[in-house]
Amino acid sequence: MTPLLQVENIAKFYGARIGCTDVSFDLYPGEVMGIVGESGSGKSTLLNCLAGHLTPDDGSVQFDTRAEGLRDTITMSEPERRMLSRTDWAFVHQHARDGLRMNVSAGGNVGERLMAINARHYGDIRGSAIDWLGRVEISEDRIDDRPTAFSGGMQQRLQIARNLVTGPRLVFMDEPTGGLDVSVQARLLDLLRGLVREMNLSAIIVTHDLAVVRLLADRLMVMKDGHVIETGLTDQVLDDPQHAYTQLLVSSVLQV
Amino acid sequence: MSDYNFAYLDEQTKRMIRRAILKGLAIPGYQVPFASREMPMPYGWGTGGVQVSAAVLTPDDTFKVIDQGADDTTNAVSIRRFFQKTAGIAVTEATADASVIQTRHRIPEQVLRSDQIIVYQVPIPEPLRFLEPSEVETRKMHSLEEYGLMHVKLYEDISQHGDIATAYAYPVKVEGRYVMDPSPIPKFDNPKLEMAGIQLFGAGREQRIYAIPPYTKVVSLDFEDYPFQPTKADHACDLCAATDSYLDELIVDDEGSRMFMCSDTDYCSTRRKQGHNGAQGVPYAEDAA
Repeated sequence: MTPLLQVENIAKFYGARIGCTDVSFDLYPGEVMGIVGESGSGKSTLLNCLAGHLTPDDGSVQFDTRAEGLRDTITMSEPERRMLSRTDWAFVHQHARDGLRMNVSAGGNVGERLMAINARHYGDIRGSAIDWLGRVEISEDRIDDRPTAFSGGMQQRLQIARNLVTGPRLVFMDEPTGGLDVSVQARLLDLLRGLVREMNLSAIIVTHDLAVVRLLADRLMVMKDGHVIETGLTDQVLDDPQHAYTQLLVSSVLQV
Repeated sequence: MSDYNFAYLDEQTKRMIRRAILKGLAIPGYQVPFASREMPMPYGWGTGGVQVSAAVLTPDDTFKVIDQGADDTTNAVSIRRFFQKTAGIAVTEATADASVIQTRHRIPEQVLRSDQIIVYQVPIPEPLRFLEPSEVETRKMHSLEEYGLMHVKLYEDISQHGDIATAYAYPVKVEGRYVMDPSPIPKFDNPKLEMAGIQLFGAGREQRIYAIPPYTKVVSLDFEDYPFQPTKADHACDLCAATDSYLDELIVDDEGSRMFMCSDTDYCSTRRKQGHNGAQGVPYAEDAA
């Protein structure tokens, strides 16, 4: 089986400071990988390098494109990369307002990616928008409301619908549950888990919330100071942490 | 003649503007940046159009200025006088007699010929501006031909109003490549953008020039199930009885009486001279007006 994403020796420096370095892994279709670590450990830098928002200083990111098989997304041309990010990739931001157009209705937000790949039939676009709002549990009569009128959890679900409408194969998520209260988090996680299984999505989830990766991720990567210090199956890493920092991380979770 | 250089601008500036115009004509619909000069008029009054006109005018030209279709409003009269004074050229109100026409918000009803140039005054040249505030991003979207966002605006129109409610500055795609703002002309005028004359667009404050060469394909954006429709008031002109021209609606007293009349004053008066008479019009007399 060919991996969907092959990451080799990614490094990104901010001047003399390390963003992240020596990161390598393979991600297979249908697999969900979690990246955990404290603030400033390089999680988001890594995710942005993988998603093409930042250009890494070293290494390669091979993505299994539909047409041509494995291609290095760092050296491919910008139009190709932007095409990928509209079709096969999705990026869920921590703050929904970074990923949504706040002055455009919910339907327009979901339809934008379709229109970006040349959907030109209003009825069809609206049909897909209604379908996707339903799948993320937003009722149909909110389709013409702007995201500003939505609660935080609804905005986040709308962002997910907007990203998944073109049927991507790889989803990047940056703290998708950050800033939501726990009951809303639980529903969102439930929804995400369902969608990931149903659409056979591969996903890379960056978070500092160990409960999120416990629920969603098959595999886990622990980062500290820009380095990967431990990898393994999620349950294995969380139940039997080897590295001192991972042990600290796991033991720091508050018990209710 | 006066103490001004011909057509106000110095020759180096005109060369610079002509270069931008030529580049614009070579890449239809592409916004060419140019070093816009201070003109003796406020921004928003047609500084871009005036600079383009100054760069294309020759001493033999006949100049016409249109403001919202009319030849006799403040803006039109002052720009016409400006070039009379600084270039000493002939001016006219008749579309057919003009070789260079500067316009704001309208395309003349009369079909333009291949020996005519029409210059548009443009307030905001970037069609994506109100959707994407970043200039860096919009330029990237133009260069990569990412125009999905333009349809988001039309989608929003339909979802809110049941129809594409954009009535002016209706976005067009030029020669299958660049999406362009045709300046705030009514969408009724959009089909006329495919014409024999040269079309130049000047935005002074935004420092952009763009152009449509003669006989270039210009398509108004739309959806398959909501096709583009040029609209006008469903009425005939009350002065000249024309049914095919774009109409202005006028409230004529404080009891709600109204009349419709051609926005193109030259078109209307030409028709009245030919003997057409509308519902509220009086027969045209040479000594009237």
